[in-house]
Amino acid sequence: MATDGLHENETLASLKSEAESLKGKLEEERAKLHDVELHQVAERVEALGQFVMKTRRTLKGHGNKVLCMDWCKDKRRIVSSSQDGKVIVWDSFTTNKEHAVTMPCTWVMACAYAPSGCAIACGGLDNKCSVYPLTFDKNENMAAKKKSVAMHTNYLSACSFTNSDMQILTASGDGTCALWDVESGQLLQSFHGHGADVLCLDLAPSETGNTFVSGGCDKKAMVWDMRSGQCVQAFETHESDINSVRYYPSGDAFASGSDDATCRLYDLRADREVAIYSKESIIFGASSVDFSLSGRLLFAGYNDYTINVWDVLKGSRVSILFGHENRVSTLRVSPDGTAFCSGSWDHTLRTKNYLFVSLQVWA
Amino acid sequence: MAAGPASHGGLRRAQRPHLSKMERMVVSMQDPDQGVKMRSQRLLITVIPHAVTGNDIMEWLIHKYCITEEEALHLGTLLVRHGYLYPLRDPCHLELRLDETPYRFQTPYFWMSTLWPAAELDYAIYLAKKNIRKRGGLFDHEKEHYDQLHRKISHTWDLVVMQAREQLWAAKQRRKGDRLVIACQEQTYWLVNRPPPGVPSVLEQGPERNSCTAGRVQMPTGPFQTKTVDFYRREVECLRKALGRARVKSSVCLEAYLKFSSQRGPHDPIMSGCLPSNPWVTDNDTYWAMNAPSAAVPTRLRVEQWAFSFRELLEDPVGRAHFMDFLSKEFSAENLSFWEACEELRHGGQAQVPALVDAVYQQFLAPGAARWVNIDSRTMERTLVGLGRPHRHVLDDAQLHIYMLMKKDSYPRFLKSDLYKDLLAEAVVPPKTKRRSARWCPGRQAFTRRNRPGSGSRLVTRKRLQEIPAGFSTTAPITLVTQTFVSLKPPGLLLPGRLPELSPGGHRCWGGPPACPGWESAHRLGS
Repeated sequence: MATDGLHENETLASLKSEAESLKGKLEEERAKLHDVELHQVAERVEALGQFVMKTRRTLKGHGNKVLCMDWCKDKRRIVSSSQDGKVIVWDSFTTNKEHAVTMPCTWVMACAYAPSGCAIACGGLDNKCSVYPLTFDKNENMAAKKKSVAMHTNYLSACSFTNSDMQILTASGDGTCALWDVESGQLLQSFHGHGADVLCLDLAPSETGNTFVSGGCDKKAMVWDMRSGQCVQAFETHESDINSVRYYPSGDAFASGSDDATCRLYDLRADREVAIYSKESIIFGASSVDFSLSGRLLFAGYNDYTINVWDVLKGSRVSILFGHENRVSTLRVSPDGTAFCSGSWDHTLRTKNYLFVSLQVWA
Repeated sequence: MAAGPASHGGLRRAQRPHLSKMERMVVSMQDPDQGVKMRSQRLLITVIPHAVTGNDIMEWLIHKYCITEEEALHLGTLLVRHGYLYPLRDPCHLELRLDETPYRFQTPYFWMSTLWPAAELDYAIYLAKKNIRKRGGLFDHEKEHYDQLHRKISHTWDLVVMQAREQLWAAKQRRKGDRLVIACQEQTYWLVNRPPPGVPSVLEQGPERNSCTAGRVQMPTGPFQTKTVDFYRREVECLRKALGRARVKSSVCLEAYLKFSSQRGPHDPIMSGCLPSNPWVTDNDTYWAMNAPSAAVPTRLRVEQWAFSFRELLEDPVGRAHFMDFLSKEFSAENLSFWEACEELRHGGQAQVPALVDAVYQQFLAPGAARWVNIDSRTMERTLVGLGRPHRHVLDDAQLHIYMLMKKDSYPRFLKSDLYKDLLAEAVVPPKTKRRSARWCPGRQAFTRRNRPGSGSRLVTRKRLQEIPAGFSTTAPITLVTQTFVSLKPPGLLLPGRLPELSPGGHRCWGGPPACPGWESAHRLGS
């Protein structure tokens, strides 16, 4: 197709209307095979009993809002990042801090633990994703070994290692996602298609391990092929920014949490939204979602300081957990499903000048 | 205030959805028929109409949204903190009190969504008014702000004082009731916009998100151009492909969820508990020790999980090692080794790609290779051609072929084999921890099977609810509880050596039985 400016207005308008009509056709096609709703199918499933989960650990040490956290594969260590640039690695079972590093920027919105447990990645307003190897040598300065891997043109909103320590996937406020080689910092693949800031991503637990999903401010959730950089599927049913996406454990579906106060489940084989988790009394956006190990429960942290637990199959809310004094910004279930950790913006005024912020582990 | 990237061209984002939802809520609360019960509140000699009490608000919320008291209290508190409701008496803290404290609905003029700039000048005028009206009437933090502003905008301080006096004089013309109400409204507005120390600001939203950036082009002089041609082209192409996609019926997909969660339910610690106990609950990490990645004897649940899917068998190092053993008995271990090598290529560092590809070719694909894998001729041809220009994905086709071969052929036979059956029989089933301390309930899962009645109508505070001890299920599967540790014959495998690790010398040795003739010495890298 011609890219010359002469026909640009024509091409633009006709492309736009073509996109709209194709979207309409796609919705029709998707509706054709939709023969039953999830809650109907789930009618014969036994209802869940009363749900009780309590805070088992409170991790105090961040002086400012906790923005992101990630579990290590050893099921007990976590890395968390905060607004003031501090990134802390904890053994959350003993609540000891094992490593701490201060980033040169504020609002570290993304952090991730490497699969080997030997490194962490983080980034935020510095538009970069940096990898820090974890060393137990007290004399070594962690910041000295920092490796700058990803470079974006706007803030980094999410990052995740792929199956090894060697590659890292990032999402950014510049509207793109990108795959990087950690050793050299080389860009391996970039993913264009979002019309606005990308806020979250999650890797698919699939056999071929080649796809991931991302969600953004354009209200779209897009599934990408990591090899070709192409968008494989796109879903646009949310009414506001998508803050968090997470795959269902089987890899056949994913859930999303959005500022429109709903969480939704999208099935990849049926190619459509199959459930909405919402309640009239929930009016604040969901910032973070994750599934329990069997996929029966969906934990969602909200901006109204609560965590709602949803029955994925029946679509009803199982429980509401109060435990934070400010918005819940991040929530992840541990790798073996024994607990989940929630981080929030809250702080407790102890004495006049001392503030500490909590991360909580629930089981 | 939150820092963030500069906004572009003055384009404002649509107001946050939760604000409009809160506004709809307060509007319906003020409905004459369906809304909250209003009453007139007597304050000394003045009577203020359209007041409500905290209890009324809670009752209304409970009734309208079918929620518990705790949730209603929380929601009501949020409404007050966002300034949509204000207390008529002593409005220095925005909290929802459940006594006879009267509240009123904030005038839309002061709603958060109007996005008034809440400028310094306005704040200065407000503080000056308060100061003039009543000496010593400012709160501590307000006094600090007052002094700060006085220093900062001292050049216009006369204007500030003048405005303050004028507004006070204008207010005197009103009735006492109105004066009181307006003062409360204003006070609430400023408590939201300039919260006292220790109170979280509800205005904070985090770094600014711009829903207008990607795909747009900034014109040299003017606002943003609408989305570029490239963006739409890409979208059209993606949509065209999506239309041609094969879809599955919803009923089939949804049934799969039911099957998945019922199969995995017993493996989900939050749903079904874990044995001997959940480490987070009992502070006892035996569960992790027993399920460590290289545990010598896997637990029953773990061995069962290998039968759920091929992927899960391979993901578990112990499972994979046993599968490798099985394959070597069938003389097809090179398949798994090849697959592992391909994984290493795909997920490895970019710099290692050429060497890895070469190593894999030498060991698995070259004619006469020691561990030649049987790939169909078409895939082999394609792969060999691709090897001319090696990249991370050059072996993807071959890898998939071998993966499917193992999945469809070897894997089912593995599950039926004596090897697997023995593993199941020998697997450990830990007993539930008998020790029960006063604080913790061992092995407790999140769900109690006893049906409790719905939340009572008594008012229960937040703290109290957290103290209610959790019961735990008395209907856990009996079989798991009564079994004890099974005595084990020494495992015939030494697992650590089997894990697909990179040996220190940088050799590429992919698993496989040690008795592989001449393989290791012939294919040493970097020597």
